[in-house]
Order: sequence, then structure tokens, then C-alpha cells
Amino acid sequence: MEETKYLPADFKTDQQPRWCPGCGDYAIFNSLVKTMAELGVAPHETVIISGIGCSSRLPYYTNTYGFHTIHGRGACVATGVKVANPGLTVWQVTGDGDCLAIGGNHFIHSVRRNVDINVLLFNNQIYGLTKGQYSPTTKKGFVTKSSPYGTVERPFRPAELTFGAGGTFFGRLLDVDLKTSQMVMMAAARHKGTSVVECLVNCVIFNDGAHGWLAEKETRDDRIIVLEHGKPMIFGKSKDKGLILDGYQLKVVTIGVNGISENDILIHDAKCKDTFLHTRLALMEGPEMPIAMGVIRDVDEETYEMAMENQINEIKKQSSVKSFDELIDACEQWEI
Amino acid sequence: MNKSQSIQLDNIVIRFSGDSGDGMQLTGNLFAQLSAELGNEISTFTDFPSEIRAPQGTLGGVSGFQVHVGANKIYTPGDEIDVLVALNPAALKVNAKNLKKGSIVIFDRDSFQPSDLKKANFTTDNPFEELSLSETIQLIPIPLTTLTKSSLENFGFDNKTVLRSKNMLALGLVCWLFNRPLDKAIHFLENKFAKKPQILQANIKVLTDGYNYGENLHLTVSNFVIEKSHEMPKGKYTSINGNKATAWGLIAAAEKAGLQLFLGSYPITPATDIMHELALQKGIGVKTVQAEDEIAGITMAIGASFAGCLAATSTSGPGMSLKTEGIGLAVMAELPLVIVDVMRSGPSTGMPTKTEQGDLLQALYGRSGESPLVILAAPSPDMCFHYAFMASKIALENMTPVILLTDAFIGNGSSLWRLPKLADLPEIQPYYVPSDMENYKVTTRNEDTKIRYWSIPGMKGFQHCNGGLEKDYATGNLSTDPENHEKMVLTRKQKVDNIVKKIPELEIEGNIDADLLVIGWGGTYGHLKSAVDNLNNKGYKIALAHFTYLFPLPANTENVIEKYNKIVVCELNTGQFVSYLRSKIPGKIFSQFNRVQGQPFKTTELENHFISLL
Ligand code: SF4
Repeated sequence: MEETKYLPADFKTDQQPRWCPGCGDYAIFNSLVKTMAELGVAPHETVIISGIGCSSRLPYYTNTYGFHTIHGRGACVATGVKVANPGLTVWQVTGDGDCLAIGGNHFIHSVRRNVDINVLLFNNQIYGLTKGQYSPTTKKGFVTKSSPYGTVERPFRPAELTFGAGGTFFGRLLDVDLKTSQMVMMAAARHKGTSVVECLVNCVIFNDGAHGWLAEKETRDDRIIVLEHGKPMIFGKSKDKGLILDGYQLKVVTIGVNGISENDILIHDAKCKDTFLHTRLALMEGPEMPIAMGVIRDVDEETYEMAMENQINEIKKQSSVKSFDELIDACEQWEI
Repeated sequence: MNKSQSIQLDNIVIRFSGDSGDGMQLTGNLFAQLSAELGNEISTFTDFPSEIRAPQGTLGGVSGFQVHVGANKIYTPGDEIDVLVALNPAALKVNAKNLKKGSIVIFDRDSFQPSDLKKANFTTDNPFEELSLSETIQLIPIPLTTLTKSSLENFGFDNKTVLRSKNMLALGLVCWLFNRPLDKAIHFLENKFAKKPQILQANIKVLTDGYNYGENLHLTVSNFVIEKSHEMPKGKYTSINGNKATAWGLIAAAEKAGLQLFLGSYPITPATDIMHELALQKGIGVKTVQAEDEIAGITMAIGASFAGCLAATSTSGPGMSLKTEGIGLAVMAELPLVIVDVMRSGPSTGMPTKTEQGDLLQALYGRSGESPLVILAAPSPDMCFHYAFMASKIALENMTPVILLTDAFIGNGSSLWRLPKLADLPEIQPYYVPSDMENYKVTTRNEDTKIRYWSIPGMKGFQHCNGGLEKDYATGNLSTDPENHEKMVLTRKQKVDNIVKKIPELEIEGNIDADLLVIGWGGTYGHLKSAVDNLNNKGYKIALAHFTYLFPLPANTENVIEKYNKIVVCELNTGQFVSYLRSKIPGKIFSQFNRVQGQPFKTTELENHFISLL
């Protein structure tokens, strides 16, 4: 096959993105086109499906095939595309409202089926496009236009939902951290199956600073841990902090203190089928614990569309009915 | 008795009725198939409860299968029953009012015990007198249960398995009564139970014993011979129900168009058999997804269409409601899509297993915004094939969603179908973008027909972003420009209106110079045709205009209708098509005849009404 090298610009249209100045979506968009260029799949063999919301405008800005569908249904349309033509690389762009509220049912079922789509879940914990209502990931008590006295709802944690649905891939990135973003998107694209990437993005208008605790550059390294398969779970500005398992809980330790050495630190196993540790990692919260970024889970399972292709091919081998005329010939019939 | 005492009959209506677990559907189907194979025309009707297993022996659990077998022009499963096979008192009670004078009732004597009568709410020990039937019908009591038990004595089956074979004994008897040789029935059983040799042997044994029982005991004064049909064109035939014919129409269309067939669907009565049939045809390469809900069913199909498949979704009324938003997207994105609505009694959950024509206005108008699309309605079980094929052809060649309306009556009912060959079907040419087109946009279209060009992921240089938001006519970019929106609305409308040039004109059947024009649409064709033919044979002058293309309406609709002064529009709803016609032909007076009982029309009630109008 001829190797074509692509540049990020090859994946952009001439349309200017129209998110608010300072919106986190710009950063994700840039990481995405860079990832696409690096991935090397041609623009005409790449499809981006989105639902409704600020982030779902993204397909207009990419020079791929795109489909800006209806609220919550992106996962279904993406499933239809991938099943129809497994040769295409399919991305789904969705937000916390689109994916987890109106599209919640479709989300869990596409994850359960393990359709090979790369889901970028833009989580800004708010409805932006409809001007500031709480979403299924908004923190309890948060004041929005539809919760003027604070929401009384308990939020979803996307990782738990993904694991509960049998998800094979879960990654997390922060809009402003371009390096990790590309690393995670690349891993998501290479993963065969539904890759859920929770993108922590900032909505400057309706929920500014939702992830602010992480976003500050000076302190970020102490507040996040970037997980990579096979590497020790070490973090911190001076790379002196690590995670160990204390009973059923994760615990932060400092290397060199209390006799802890690098050898005591957990090694990340993203390929482990069991979700216990992946869940513990994904649910870590500050300030006691760092927030997990990177590829938390990346497990091999047969994809839905290939399972279907394989079944069709298997049955084709055995069946004598392979065309309409043969279907007619094989049916119960008589001459009049 | 010997066969010289056989009575010749032109046609006969037989109804097999029992508990929903009694195998009445299989029995009736077998009888219909072997009658068809013996050269009769057939039409069948299934009537079953939506509860899978209602309490045994109760009125709510009665399942029926009606077969109309005859020499010529069998368009309906028949109004009234000539022969009723009743496996319990509830079956007798439910069907009593449809028994013809002089009809034969074969019943299981063993299942007419006091406790059985009580379950069916009889208050005396003579159900026939209680229903005032004693004078008008011939009773043939058969100890079905006892006979079946002794027939299967040596098989070592448990009681439940034995009782399940009662239906075959009844079928054997009916075969004797109507001179149906058993070899064909046995052949069908061999196919059906190929993988269960013991059950097969048991069924053959019971069937044969039932036949011999009739032969030996001379159960009736005479038995019957039904004339063969002389009017059907020569060829190979099968008997097919509407849902299967719909599925096969989609398969044929996909192959004709050179496309992958994709179905996204969700289980719903009475449409699910379309999904079952397509899921079975993996050897042909059909892709089906049983989605998590109706919305996912249609939106997956839209995704598959976007990616270049012949995509379809199948459902019934409540599912249509859920698909509404998706249909709007397909209209806006101008993608080909076939939406099959096997209509059932509504609103809401309604009566899931019963028929109705209540979804027409929903199909026509039930979407947000200006949202025109093509609507077709199949007239009979076998014709579901043709209309599913045409729905696909129109969708692919005009880049539009098409709704195909069928109903529970034709979806589950079956009729004879002359087997087609793919080569004999019309060509289908999807409206692909020409490969040398430059500067393609998502809105690039043929300026005469307004049909948008289809480019599919994988085609180099034709990338675009489609979507549900309004697009600029020229650039395809998002637009909220007032004039542009109006232009786009009119363009989408024009595109669908133009399809009128590609659909057949409305034909008048019956007596063209009639005093009365009968109008119908969709699955009521058989009953309307029978009623109109019968009356014309009796010297009345009646014409029939039956619609299968509902949107757009055939070009000559107004011209045809204008010629008649007296018009009656007959529908299984409260007047949906007639209100649509009134809006299209203002000033014209239409009378209407409506039934909303979950049942098809009765030919006799139609005839009586038409006579009253003359
Ligand atoms: S409203 Fe918020 S999420 Fe939407 S574009 Fe503006 S900043 Fe971004």
C-alpha cells in the first residue's frame, strides 16, 4: 500500500470554528487533527459523527466525511456507519449532555457491543449550547440556570458507566494538555472496539474552571497522574510520588519516605480484563489523590462489526442460498 | 361413504381455533399451503392474542387461523366460517357470531367438559344451545384428546407432548373432509421437523390416524372437493405472508441496486417477522442490528445509508412515533431510507395484534417542520414484495426517505405469490455523484429534478458534512439566511413532488361508468375488490379506485375522481385518507365508510353499504 503522509491541515476545512474564545473545544480539535495526521488514515476514509451540543459542531471543521446528527443519537449513526463499512475509521464527538443524558441508552449499548468507534466525550459538566443547564456530570449542589438553588442530582462518572457496560477502552485527557491528549487519542484510534475518551474541557461561559484545579500549569503535575501501560504509577513535579494498593484502596506514597522505593509502586496494566483497579484509578479524586489521565483501560475483545462479518462469512460458506434467485429457488413452491 | 358422494364447492372458509399454545397457526398454514399446491387460490388471516400464553381455555387466549380456499378470485380470507375446528369451548364462543348458516363445527369432545365450559364463561352444560347454534350448524364431536393419546401410546411421550399433537389429528380430519391427500402435508412436516425425527414421526402418525378416523367412521354425510383455479397465469407459486414478502422485496432491491442491505430494527408486534426474516438471510449477506430501541433502529439505518447501504427500518405505530425525529433527519439529510410501518390498532399500545389503518396521518404529517417524503401502501400480502422493492427504488433514485405502510392483516396474512426472477425486476440506479464532478458540496443536486447527488465515505474528493441543520443551497455550509431556508424547503418539496412523474397512474377497476366510485387504500384491497366484483356480477354498476401511492398522489387522481358523483372512501380508521383527499380536491363531496374494530372489513358489510348508497 502506498504510504501517504498527512499534515494536520489536510484534515481541516476552510471553515473557521465558531466556539467561544477560550473554549476548551479548540484545543481538543487541534489535538484531533494532529492525531489524524499521525494516524495516516486518509480524510475520505475517516468519518466523524456527532450529536447536538457545542462540541458536536466539530465535523464542520474537519475535511473528512462528517455527519452532524440529532441529539443523543450519534452513537447509533456511528454504529450504522461502522457496521455498513468496517473499513472506515469512525470517530464520534459528543458532550456530557448528548452522550450521557439523551443519548445514555445508546452510549451504554454501543459500548456493550464494542463497535470500533472512537468516542470523544467532551465533559464540561454543563449544557453550553442551550445556555447553561446542569448535565448528568454536573457536581451535586452546583448552581445553573435550571438549578438556581443547586442541583440535587447525583452525577454519573463516565468511567463507571463505561466499565459497567463492559467497555474495553477508557482514556482521559485534559483539553490544555496537548501531549497527553494526542497520546490518548492515538491509543483510542488504534484500539479495536469502542474507545471512550473522556475529554475534560472547559466551558468558559457557563462553567469556567470546572477542571481548574487541574488546569493550572504550575501545580498540574502534582494533581494528575498520566497512566501508561507497563509503566510505574509515578507522578509529581519531581517524579517522587507514586500509587500503591493499601487493602482495597489506592494510596499516594512518596518515594524515599518510610522505606518506599520505586519497586513498591504499582505498574499500570491497562490490558487487565478485570476492572477493579481500573475503576479505582478512574475514580480517584483530589485533593488527596491525583486525577488519572492517559489510557486507563485498553483490553482486546472482538469488535461487533467483525463478529458480524465473521458470522456472515461463516454462514455464506455453509449456505446454498447466496442470492435472491437462490432464495426463490429454495422456497417451498409448486407449478400451476 | 365413498368419494362419489363428494360435493363440489367453489370456495370454502375454514377456521382453526384453540388456545394460543394449541398450534393453530401451524395447522392452518399447512392446510393453506397444501391447498395452494393442489391448485387452489388461498388467502389467510391470523388472529391471535398478544398474551403469549393467556390462561388456558379462556376467551382471552383464543388463537385463530382462517383460510379461504377456492377456485377463483380469492381476495380475502372470507367473512363467515364454513368449517370451524374448535379445540375448546372458548374457541367456539369467540367464533360463534361468524359461523355461516349450515356450517360444520368440528370440536374436541374431551375438552368440552363442565370445567372447560366454565373457563369460557358458559353457564349451562350445552354451549351450542346457549349460543343458539343448535339449529343452524352441523356438529361433529370428536374425542380428539383420547384419540391423540391412543395414537401416540407407543411413543413414550409425556402427557404435555402428546396433547400438543391434537392439532395434527384435527388437520388429518380436515384433510379427509376436503379430499387433501396426505403426502403433501407429510412433505411439509418433513421440512418443518427435519431436525426432530421423533416429533416428525409422531406428527405423521397422528395426522394419518386423523385422516383414517374420518374415512372409516364416515363422519359427515359427504365430503368436499374444491375446484381448482383456472385463471391464474401459469408459473411457479408459493404462499407468502406480507412480512416475509416485505423482507424479500428489500433483499431483491439491494441486489438489484448492487448495495449492501442493512436493517436497524427493534422488536414490535406485528412487524418483528420482517427482522426475523432478514436476520435469517446472512447467507445473502444481509446485515441486521436488533437495536436497543426504535430510535436506535432508525438512526443506525440512517448511518448505514450515509455509508452507502440500502438501509431500512421496520416497526409499527408506537415505534413510528419514536422514529419521527429520525425520519426528519433523513428528510433533512436527503438520504435514501425505507421505513416500514406494519400498522396495528392504536393509539399508544392499543391492540398490538389487531389491524388498523390509523397511521396514515402520522406518516403524512407527523414530523416537525416542512418535512415531505414518499408514502406507499401495499394492497395485499404478496404485493408487499413489489411495494418494498419500489419503496427502495424510489428512495435510492431520488435520495429521500420512503414510508411503506402495511398492516397486521396483510403482514401476517398470506396469499399466493408467483415467484419472480431478479432479472425480471426493474433496474435500480442509486443517484451517485458522477466521479468526475468537481467542486461537489453536500447540497449539490440535479437542478431539474432537485435530487441531491449521493457521495459515500470512501469516495476520494467528495468529503462533506451532512446534518440536521439547514444548509446553504449553494455552498452546503450552515445557514440561517431567511431566503435560503425558504428555498431549501421548497427544493426538498419539489424533489418529492417531482416523483409523481415516476409513479403509475391511478387505475379504475370494476365498472368504469359506475354510479358509485369506491375508494380505498392499502391492505383493504381484497375486501373492496371482492365487494365491488360481487355487486357488479349482480348487475350493479360500481367502480373501484384503490390507492397504493399515497404521497405524492398519482397525477390523474383528480381527473379520475371528478368523473364520479357518488364516492365512498372506505378505511379502517375514522377517515384519514378521506380528509387528505378533501384537502387535495376541495369542494368534492366524499362520503365515507369506516370501521375501527381491529378487524378487516367484511365483504358483506361493504356490499350492503354500497347498495344502500345506490
Ligand atoms: S458555551 Fe461553553 S462549551 Fe459552548 S462554545 Fe462556548 S465555551 Fe465552549
